[in-house]
Amino acid sequence: MALKIVKGSIDRMFDKNLQDLVRGIRNHKEDEAKYISTCIDEIKQELKQDNIAVKANAVCKLTYLQMLGYDVSWAAFNIVEVMSSSKFTYKRIGYLAASQCFHESTDVIMLTTNQIRKDLSSPNQYDTGVALTGLSCFVTPDLARDLANDIMTLMSHTKPYIRKKAVLIMYKVFLKYPESLRPAFPRLKEKLEDPDPGVQSAAVNVICELARRNPKNYLSLAPLFFKLMTSSTNNWVLIKIIKLFGALTPLEPRLGKKLIEPLTNLIHSTSAMSLLYECVNTVIAVLISLSSGMPNHSASIQLCVQKLRILIEDSDQNLKYLGLLAMSKILKTHPKSVQSHKDLILQCLDDKDESIRLRALDLLYGMVSKKNLMEIVKKLMLHVDKAEGTTYRDELLTKIIDICSQSNYQYITNFEWYISILVELTRLEGTRHGHLIASQMLDVAIRVKAIRAFAVAQMATLLDNAHLLTGNMQRNGICEVLYAAAWICGEFSEHLENPIQTLEAMLRPKVATLPGHIQAVYVQNAAKLFATVLKGQEGNTDSTAAQETSQLMIDRLPLFVQSANLEVQERASCILQLVKYIQKLQQKDVEVAEEVSALFAGELNPVAPKAQKKVPVPEGLDLDAWINEPPSESESEDEQPKAIFAKEEPKHSRPRHTEVDEKELARRREARKQEQANNPFYIKASPSSQKVYQDTPGVEHIPVVQIDLSVPLKVPGMPMSDQYVKLEEERRQKERAEKKKKEKKKRKEKRSGRGKKQDSGPESEEDITPAHMVDIVTEEMPENALPSDDDDKDPNDPHKALDIDLDKPLADSEKLPVRSHRAAESLKSPAEDGDVESAAIHAPKKKNGKEKREKKKDKDSDRKKSSKHKKKKQKKEKEEKEKKKKKKHHHHHHHSDGGGEESVQNGTVEDEEPLPPMSNYCLLAENSYIKMVCDIQGNLQDGSQVVVSVIFENKCDSFLKSMEFNVLDSLNSKLQRPEGSGPHDGLTVPFQLPPGVSNEARFVFTVQSIVMPQKLKGTLTFIVKNEDSSTHEKLDFKLHFTCTSYLITTPCYSDAFAKLLESGDLKGSSVRLEGVNMPFHHLLARICFHHHFSVVERIDSCASMYSRSIQGHHVCLLVKTSGQTVSIDAKCDEPTLLGNVLDEIKQTFSQC
Amino acid sequence: MALCLSLIPDSRQHVHRFTTNCLLRCMQFMLLFSRQGKLRLQKWYVPLSDKEKKKITRELVQTVLARKPKMCSFLEWRDLKIVYKRYASLYFCCAIEDQDNELITLEIIHRYVELLDKYFGSVCELDIIFNFEKAYFILDEFVLGGEAQETSKKNVLKAIEQADLLQEVRH
Repeated sequence: MALKIVKGSIDRMFDKNLQDLVRGIRNHKEDEAKYISTCIDEIKQELKQDNIAVKANAVCKLTYLQMLGYDVSWAAFNIVEVMSSSKFTYKRIGYLAASQCFHESTDVIMLTTNQIRKDLSSPNQYDTGVALTGLSCFVTPDLARDLANDIMTLMSHTKPYIRKKAVLIMYKVFLKYPESLRPAFPRLKEKLEDPDPGVQSAAVNVICELARRNPKNYLSLAPLFFKLMTSSTNNWVLIKIIKLFGALTPLEPRLGKKLIEPLTNLIHSTSAMSLLYECVNTVIAVLISLSSGMPNHSASIQLCVQKLRILIEDSDQNLKYLGLLAMSKILKTHPKSVQSHKDLILQCLDDKDESIRLRALDLLYGMVSKKNLMEIVKKLMLHVDKAEGTTYRDELLTKIIDICSQSNYQYITNFEWYISILVELTRLEGTRHGHLIASQMLDVAIRVKAIRAFAVAQMATLLDNAHLLTGNMQRNGICEVLYAAAWICGEFSEHLENPIQTLEAMLRPKVATLPGHIQAVYVQNAAKLFATVLKGQEGNTDSTAAQETSQLMIDRLPLFVQSANLEVQERASCILQLVKYIQKLQQKDVEVAEEVSALFAGELNPVAPKAQKKVPVPEGLDLDAWINEPPSESESEDEQPKAIFAKEEPKHSRPRHTEVDEKELARRREARKQEQANNPFYIKASPSSQKVYQDTPGVEHIPVVQIDLSVPLKVPGMPMSDQYVKLEEERRQKERAEKKKKEKKKRKEKRSGRGKKQDSGPESEEDITPAHMVDIVTEEMPENALPSDDDDKDPNDPHKALDIDLDKPLADSEKLPVRSHRAAESLKSPAEDGDVESAAIHAPKKKNGKEKREKKKDKDSDRKKSSKHKKKKQKKEKEEKEKKKKKKHHHHHHHSDGGGEESVQNGTVEDEEPLPPMSNYCLLAENSYIKMVCDIQGNLQDGSQVVVSVIFENKCDSFLKSMEFNVLDSLNSKLQRPEGSGPHDGLTVPFQLPPGVSNEARFVFTVQSIVMPQKLKGTLTFIVKNEDSSTHEKLDFKLHFTCTSYLITTPCYSDAFAKLLESGDLKGSSVRLEGVNMPFHHLLARICFHHHFSVVERIDSCASMYSRSIQGHHVCLLVKTSGQTVSIDAKCDEPTLLGNVLDEIKQTFSQC
Repeated sequence: MALCLSLIPDSRQHVHRFTTNCLLRCMQFMLLFSRQGKLRLQKWYVPLSDKEKKKITRELVQTVLARKPKMCSFLEWRDLKIVYKRYASLYFCCAIEDQDNELITLEIIHRYVELLDKYFGSVCELDIIFNFEKAYFILDEFVLGGEAQETSKKNVLKAIEQADLLQEVRH
């Protein structure tokens, strides 16, 4: 037994530290998860111990595990404990853990406010630094509001180390609590001229960041920044400022003109690539915003382009990439300057780095002209063949299409060439962009009438060779082009040379393996083709041909009638019936062709994609009004089966297909074999064929040879796009010659496809005329379509809230919240209230709900709200709170959700009902100049320390300065004074108070015995300074250390609580309160709030509560209520303390 | 040891040395991970849920590791720009916003590696694994809330040393 105990303590001595944990994880590679779960169990044990060193070690390990992806949110409270350690070693670990693990929804963050405030004002700069760093990671709107004032004060700290951090963190505070921006801005602006360069650059940093998001509010700072820019030698500061100017110039064009010169100077002189890059970017941005009215800027652009060329030519991939990136920005406004570097860009297409190739591709988009389009696309097509990865190839494909189709096919002179490019692209294996090619084919065929005959011929060939496209299931994406091919052949069937052949191709059994929507188009267009064929055949004397065609349809269509796809099925059965009827008529020798074609008469015009949206709503039509009475809720359920029905998936076609009965299959197989035998062109399966197509059970017997497509597909009759390049060249030469001739004859004959007039410079772009009379049909738009609208700013952008006018003078209402005694503040007039309200609503328009709530909370704490608002808010808060409570109970964290500490911070959190707001700040002393309220809290870490937070409020119109706080020490309690000062010296209050301002200072006292309350006499001396005079004043006060102030809200588990009571070490005492007229939970809230207890458990009208003194005394309460009588049974290991605490509780309730 | 980070990252890529010190702009997050895809350090300067962080990390590690060695250090990812650099077996990876300067971010990464190197004395991956809290402390002294706060390497190291000293004394 004894051995066991010894062993246990040795184990504890050798608790795993972080290194052991890391080593352990590395040694348990196989069963890492298991090992870590045992480690977590150990950590949980360690966290239960009182020793803060052990806890800190455990938290450190948890931080590591968190990085490995383990959930450590359960230890959030322990992290807070370690954060509040007085030892820097542990505090540092606690803050690190918090900054890694906490996020806005971590609820214990609420508990940290006081601790962070304490650390911020710590005399040790590293405590402050660690708190600021941590805060930068987990600052919440609550924390930002509560600590804004403290951080603002730190911006004027004596140490640049702190000032720098405080300035930087202010930015995060602004984001979370936009109301702090206006009050803090003047000081932030001051920091632009801080003697320490680090602080200065931090301030530049923050202001530039703010200004970049909402430039218009910072225009007035432009001269200051201009001065900084021309004087600073710090590249970083320069980059920031330059970026800021980039944001300002669109608002103030004059600034742009002024900027160009210093920027070009920098570009010439700097050796730092990052600065050069920034300057070039800004010059581009400035020039874009100035696009007109700058006479001299072509020189600047030229300079930029030259510098970028140097970057692109550099061997460093990074510079190359950035150079191309910046080049593409210039391209948008000054394409000509970039186009002269085409050689370089094309060279980059061969770069080994894919990301660079992609950038170069982007640039190509803007470099094409009528003259070079074919050449560039030819080059790209070569790349398509070479490309290894499908992603890059797909990218190439889309780029080719983008380049060709840009600005309404502006650069395409020969659409035959384009169609053949598209056809060539269809042999891309595994591309995802089949639909893109398809839509291009459709678009061109519909809109360029002259090309239809050619397009139809190409599409017919495609349809004929459809098996090549659909042969491999992996290439599914590409079969989309068949959709376009089928539609084009059907719609423009009058251009087909051999419509019957195409019709046959469209009705092949294999079509049934295509996706449903494509089959549907096949069926529909087969009908159109059928009409065309009939028309041709009926003209002949031989009527059997027409009847054979009908028979073909009747033979093949049943395959589609069986399709599982509804669309296919429906169209197929309609058309089948139609054809059967036609056949009947044909048998009676009736001429039907006219009537059949009439079914598909009329031209289809292209409609602009936006057309639907642009149809104006007729006057007097309310689209939101109900046409009928809205259906009742229950009816919607009836609709459900419908929805399921409509959700039919096209893929179902296959299983359905197999249902074709065996006989039929056998018959078909036989027929097919027969056909194959007779067909000399049929390619028989050979043993060497790489991959036999075997996917659809119904067609598994059809041997299809995989065709190796690395050899470019050359179908006879399908001209290769390359030919066109040559042809085009010849054509152009011829044209040029002709033109010259014409010019000689001085006969002006203007021809231009799109009505462009041009003076004939030698070989100018516009000299090139299209090969065909191209008639690009413009897309139809509805009449009186509205002009383009769109693009709003992102409503979720957090920076929107920071769009705040900074030049307006500060209003009283905008002061940063300082912890203050609420009762002391005067009520603001309702008019002012309304103003504040509306300002708050207008400025940060797009706030999330949470922030809004915070704001309300805050206002309430300042008592600027009308009572109506208040009730609403409190209700909301109550709900929230109850939710939290539930959650906490679930976790068995019975610490009165937040406890007293938090309620001090948030002020309103505790008043969960329309209950008068509570505050632990009580009046210390007051005269006509100044008012002091204070709150006394024990120090968790040090059993002999009490911290007194005093808020000083300047009540007069004069400036208060040189405040000195002094207390007459007693034997038991002493004010902590800095080393070297005498026992009667006062402490200087670290701030001055302008009129109407309040601020808080903290004083630490050491106490020996805490069992008795005591009072200390003290004096505050200060100088009241007027414009003309200054007087010395003093104010006496009595500091009352109640026993309650030695108690610290400490959560306690119910089982631990039970053990404590059972142990028998505690002495009991009880007290009865009569005439307490308040709900039980208010009563509990009051005890928690004013006396630092936490609720362990609550059952109906009975609750157990717990608290602990700074010296570790346990105080347990059992509170019962019946009617207006409340009885409190209490136990504590120190009877005197308990007696005093109970007296104080009694006092609290006798006052209300 | 094989894991040693060579400070001359890649002879092909020349490191841009500036005459004066440079700082970076707002960074969204920084990740350090090994060639095997193991996360060694993560610092988030934007509030995200654990789930999102994990998702982003997984995606980015995959993307960056899939890049070929000769590729440039930048990539566009979602609406962010990713700047990464490999030092021996470790990848240092930062996310910045669209308008931010990539070169400065590279400089920051390099500066951080130099700081680690100075502090640990020719740093290697194991140093960072076993003293990961120190690696964080150094980063926190150097970058605050996504903005570089200290231009001078000396000052950063001084602050760290003094804080460490404080730790020893108080122990």
